Amino acid sequence: MDIPYTVQPRPDTGLYNAKVGIWLFLASEVMLFGALFSTYILLRVGAPEGLWPHGWLNVPIGTCNTIVLITSSITTVMAWASCKMNQFGRFKVFHACTILLALTFVGIKSYEYRDKFMHYEVTLADGRIADGHMVENKLTFADNKWTGYAMIKGHYVEDRKELYDLKAAKSHPHEELRIEGSQIKKLDNYGPWHNTYTAIYFTLTGLHALHVIGGAIVIGFLWGPGSKMWKTDPERFTNRIEISGLFWHFVDLVWIFLFPVLYLL
Amino acid sequence: MSDSHPEHFSHHVRRYLFVFYALLFGTLITVGASYIPFGHRAMNIGVALVIATGKAFLVAGYFMHLISERKMIYGILAFTAFFFVGLMALTIWSFSNFPWHTTTH
Repeated sequence: MDIPYTVQPRPDTGLYNAKVGIWLFLASEVMLFGALFSTYILLRVGAPEGLWPHGWLNVPIGTCNTIVLITSSITTVMAWASCKMNQFGRFKVFHACTILLALTFVGIKSYEYRDKFMHYEVTLADGRIADGHMVENKLTFADNKWTGYAMIKGHYVEDRKELYDLKAAKSHPHEELRIEGSQIKKLDNYGPWHNTYTAIYFTLTGLHALHVIGGAIVIGFLWGPGSKMWKTDPERFTNRIEISGLFWHFVDLVWIFLFPVLYLL
Repeated sequence: MSDSHPEHFSHHVRRYLFVFYALLFGTLITVGASYIPFGHRAMNIGVALVIATGKAFLVAGYFMHLISERKMIYGILAFTAFFFVGLMALTIWSFSNFPWHTTTH
């Protein structure tokens, strides 16, 4: 049995069915990300004065990833236009670029995540805070106390607030600090559990990264084994490229808002 | 997009490239504007969101072809916009009765 309206538009909607389907799906996605943006606003507005982080993320890296995603959008639309112009070879080239750019985006994002998981804030018994990246971790936690030592490349601060606005703060020289386990009162890295900013940062960017990975898998399938359809039913194949492209552009669109909100403001 | 004549697509391709360059330019402007002190942080947020909205319009309008879509799609998006705006309005409205300093850091 043939699935109806995969190529020809339905008389009542004027569209092939998959297009209506993807737009309904994207509508639900708008509400999903909208709810998380709303959460971000409430967390930010509710943060005590001076305790919302600024400058915690690397702007050049974020800008680079934004450019990667924008470039993947143009290769996606060019892949679809190539199908429309009956140039299957060009389609293959453009979508190969899309897949590589998607992998580049995920790779850069993973590097950023690793940086946050290596970054530690250590509250010491004397009240000072050591902040920096873990170089060597020989700590063990037993009987509710730390033993051993850790080497951190960073600096000491007297007040936690000095760690929050890195845009305004004067730069501290980073040096290797040896932290004895017996001195440690509290230790945690900049993972999602660190504070509400890292929680919403990892939630928003993690969900977005899952969308990038999902989209890349679909585009990868259409580029590889799924491209056999071009020989049997090119119009239907072109529609599939359009549908996957609409999803990909939506992923780009979400990042257009995530980038300034999380990296710049 | 209903137009499927190959000869028309070279025109579309030029438009896509223009949008691409505009998006790159918009990204650089967004980054640059974030380093300009407009007096109040809210002003910087406003400027960044205006630029982001402009970029989103270009992506949705041209790459997603919303500039020339069927009524059915506009209908779906009108519902989405209504609920999205409602969600944001409720979020902003809640500021008037916000349990201040209750978030954990």
